[in-house]
Amino acid sequence: MSAAADTGINGVELTVVLFFFVIVTFGGFLAARWRRGESMHSLDEWGLGGRGFGTVVTWFLLGGDLYTAYTFVAVPAAMFATGAVSGFFAVPYTIVAYPIVFVFLPRLWSVAHRRGYVTPADFIRGRYGSRGLALAVALTGILATMPYIALQLVGIQAVLDTMGLGGSGNTFVRDLPLIIAFAVLAAYTYSSGLRAPALIAFVKDTLIYVVIVVAIIYVATKIGFGPMFDGAKTQMAKTNPTTNAPTGTFIAGDTTYWAYATLAFGSALALFMYPHAITAVLSSRRRSVIRRNTAILPAYSLMLAMLALLGFAAIYEVAAGKMDVFGQDGKANAQLAVPHFFQAVFPSWFAGVAFAAIAIGALVPAAIMSIAAANLFTRNVYREFLKRDATPKHEAQVSKIVSLIVKFGALLFVLGLDRQNALNMQLLGGVWILQTFVSIVAGLYTRWFHRWALLAGWAAGMIYGTVAAYRQEVPVVVTKLVNGEAATSVTGTRHFGSPLGNFPFTDTKVYIAATALLINVLVAIVVTLVLRAVKAPAGADETEPTDYHADAPSTTVVAAVERELAATEGEVTSTSGPGRDAQP
Amino acid sequence: MSTSNPSAQVPPPTGRPARLPARTVVAVAVLLLIPCAALAAVPMYSRETPELWGWPFFYWFQVLWVVLTPIATYAAYLLINRARGHR
Repeated sequence: MSAAADTGINGVELTVVLFFFVIVTFGGFLAARWRRGESMHSLDEWGLGGRGFGTVVTWFLLGGDLYTAYTFVAVPAAMFATGAVSGFFAVPYTIVAYPIVFVFLPRLWSVAHRRGYVTPADFIRGRYGSRGLALAVALTGILATMPYIALQLVGIQAVLDTMGLGGSGNTFVRDLPLIIAFAVLAAYTYSSGLRAPALIAFVKDTLIYVVIVVAIIYVATKIGFGPMFDGAKTQMAKTNPTTNAPTGTFIAGDTTYWAYATLAFGSALALFMYPHAITAVLSSRRRSVIRRNTAILPAYSLMLAMLALLGFAAIYEVAAGKMDVFGQDGKANAQLAVPHFFQAVFPSWFAGVAFAAIAIGALVPAAIMSIAAANLFTRNVYREFLKRDATPKHEAQVSKIVSLIVKFGALLFVLGLDRQNALNMQLLGGVWILQTFVSIVAGLYTRWFHRWALLAGWAAGMIYGTVAAYRQEVPVVVTKLVNGEAATSVTGTRHFGSPLGNFPFTDTKVYIAATALLINVLVAIVVTLVLRAVKAPAGADETEPTDYHADAPSTTVVAAVERELAATEGEVTSTSGPGRDAQP
Repeated sequence: MSTSNPSAQVPPPTGRPARLPARTVVAVAVLLLIPCAALAAVPMYSRETPELWGWPFFYWFQVLWVVLTPIATYAAYLLINRARGHR
């Protein structure tokens, strides 16, 4: 238990982190010139990078977007604290997501490409002709994204704390590095749009892969997988003095099968409902880019699995007396498990590389999330309800400003409120965003569901999910370092203690979002049947069946068509319908 | 809704056959369902043995699917491409 005693700033680590921070800052501003379109004055350019990213850029962008700094800190932290059910489910989650999205995302890409949709709510507006349902989807997206941005800051805080930057008593000085990092991020996102995180993602992911490979080689050679798993098994079986139950689960048991499976599948369905995920998907150049990416994105899941196991490696090192998880404030915090692990077992310069990877890993998703939230606000609130005749240039300007407000709001959220609030909101965000699944995914295939029924189902899922999450009350346990000894105390209870709740009328624990989705679907079906019986107006559908299979013209096809057009000139005057002119 | 000229011999550059052959659809569905079914069967893989290089079965089985799933999705991608006569 030595690391907690030294509260000085680690100069080598800080220098390495600053070095990479300066590199990505330059990259962020230069990105405005990368693959530049005719002008940055439209949402297609600023908010979707010109819709021109190929397979590799999309891979980095989506990888940088979905596997965030918060994931890197929170998943191993969950493994460290309570084991497999709360942590390792992230592995099946980020695997089954790809076969699922393989099926429907290409359709969403096609219809968005053909009709010029920028956000998922744009699609809802066009498909169901319902401003209300589109607004519900847009607000859900914004609400679910905001705490996610805030949590990226929590990831950076864990790194800063480990480097010795969190200890000063002065709040302003303590948080200054965070404020500077976010101000710089806001500035280059403002000027470069989606191109900035796309370019920075290259740096972030390269660093992450290097760090994980080295860490796993360390675990394999210095600890050994057998001893690591044995240590974790022993730790998880220990009785937790505050609950008189085992500390955690080493392997999902009889009582947690459903919890594990619903967490994995519920989260997988929700993953590509998040606005930032859809933004990255819509920025790709061709339909095939998405399906190819479902085959190469699991590389990140492999990395996530290894990273999750570092939570177990941290348990081993704590037992060996090489590290602890006490922060600068003297309180134990499982989120420090991975940063402290790197600090304890690697030389300072390499720990610095790992910390830079985590910190930059926070900037990429924070940028994309703020762009996605800003696009939702601009397209589905501002243009829809406040200024119907907004020009593309005006839209881009509004989005840029909103992206600043969103980031500033996230910063205030983390600095002003308890960190626990951000975690609660993130838990709720996952429950909420899944409630847009029915409208979006069913809408890609059928118009059977009535728009008002979808709204009713959405409302039922939102209410059930929020109430059920609120009712998960758990004791607040604080472990402090007092005179070198760890002292544990219970300081009351808090709500939103777990993503799991009893399935209605049973004692089986399942993911609350999954139950809410089931209620959502049932309500939507029943209300649709009623509304169809009374012949309620269904709303206009502006999309056509062929929209869902459209692709950008490949260069060879374009050339062939132009040749044939030249051959039949005079005879053919128009080969395209009104909706087909949107092609770049 | 489409206003394309009936005398036009040129298909619109964005057009694609809407329906895949049933054979392809079944093959793709099986390829995509296998990883989902394998990972949904929690009671089947929720066990410590057989171990592999010190890894309990629960852990190495799931990581194995991280490697196998991309093979399934890529095969499905190739099947669809071939059915549509692409490259």
